[in-house]
Amino acid sequence: MKTDELIHLLATDDRPVETTAIEQRFAVAIAAGILGAGVLMLAMFGLRPDLLTTMALPMFWGKLVFAAALAAAGLALLRRMARPGMPVGNAALWLAVPPLVLWAMALMALSQVSAAERMPLILGSTWRTCPFNIAALSVPAFATGFWALKGAAPTRLAWAGAGAGLLAGALGALVYALHCPEMAAPFLAVWYLAGMAIPTVLGAVLGPRLLRW
Amino acid sequence: MEIVEERLRGLLLQGLDADAAAYQRFLKELSAHLRAFLRRRLAQRPDEVEDLVQETLLAVHNQRHTYRPEMPVTAWAHAIARYKLIDWLRSHAVKEGRNDPLDDADELFASSDSEAAEARRDLGQLLRTLPDKQRLPIEYVKLEGLSVVETARLTGLSESAVKVGVHRGLKALAAKIRGMA
Repeated sequence: MKTDELIHLLATDDRPVETTAIEQRFAVAIAAGILGAGVLMLAMFGLRPDLLTTMALPMFWGKLVFAAALAAAGLALLRRMARPGMPVGNAALWLAVPPLVLWAMALMALSQVSAAERMPLILGSTWRTCPFNIAALSVPAFATGFWALKGAAPTRLAWAGAGAGLLAGALGALVYALHCPEMAAPFLAVWYLAGMAIPTVLGAVLGPRLLRW
Repeated sequence: MEIVEERLRGLLLQGLDADAAAYQRFLKELSAHLRAFLRRRLAQRPDEVEDLVQETLLAVHNQRHTYRPEMPVTAWAHAIARYKLIDWLRSHAVKEGRNDPLDDADELFASSDSEAAEARRDLGQLLRTLPDKQRLPIEYVKLEGLSVVETARLTGLSESAVKVGVHRGLKALAAKIRGMA
């Protein structure tokens, strides 16, 4: 086929284009990812039995705000990475804010207790399972996030994959917080982030394989 | 450069708004820039240039929903060309030219070349592997240069079926090229 013939052919495919198609796909991906994680959480772990009373505690909301803020920053970054030639700008910096705030809170909490109490504060009672549970709950959003990126044109595939993994991890953590009994900032600062790191690394590995266009 | 940016941007925005003639001019002008850019970058492999021009045009078309009006068209098109070139170099394990930085968007639009060479890969051959619903509309529109209305009449498909067929066929074509790499 000659290039001019191809150009003529491409110009025939002239249906108007939605410039927010990427955002729409991410909205669907996030809604489906949260829903999927919710179903998995109820099936695998169940809500924490004292959910209603814990809802009165600020730390319960702190966990949700932390996960939601990270998801929002991840999404802002991802919708830029999904477009060729769009500078990432400050979106990457915003990503650092939620963990930095959490780490500051954790250090403050650790400095207020005696040395012997520090390890229990970090390990809580569920450190062995927490990261893997978060990773498990991130699976639906991981799949839908990659589906959304398949409808876009990221040019740095490993980074885009990592971004989708991080978004999935943050959404997994958001839903897991409804089950998780841990309330100490030092615990969250280590194990929640470890749980999110699992899908992030996996996304970086799978990105170059799955996202080519 | 700013004149090129403004003209291309105008044409692309009209194209995205379903103005086929403006869109065709956009693609035509872009293809000349792509050709000059790739001829320089693939100086050792002149036979591959037209293939990559076509593959990049197809990518630009299939990804045109990723363009945002607030972005410079030149930066957007350059990023796509750069991605396609790097992808090609990688999958052909070519080392040459990998060391030159590819970050300058102006490089793509600094020159243009409208002398198309023969493409080595025959997209027509790939086309024959598509299902009839996609192949027929594309073949009529491409080979005969027919309009959508005429193609619809000849194939007995509805006009929207012709458009959907072309649209899906172009996506499938891009996927097949990807599978070959």
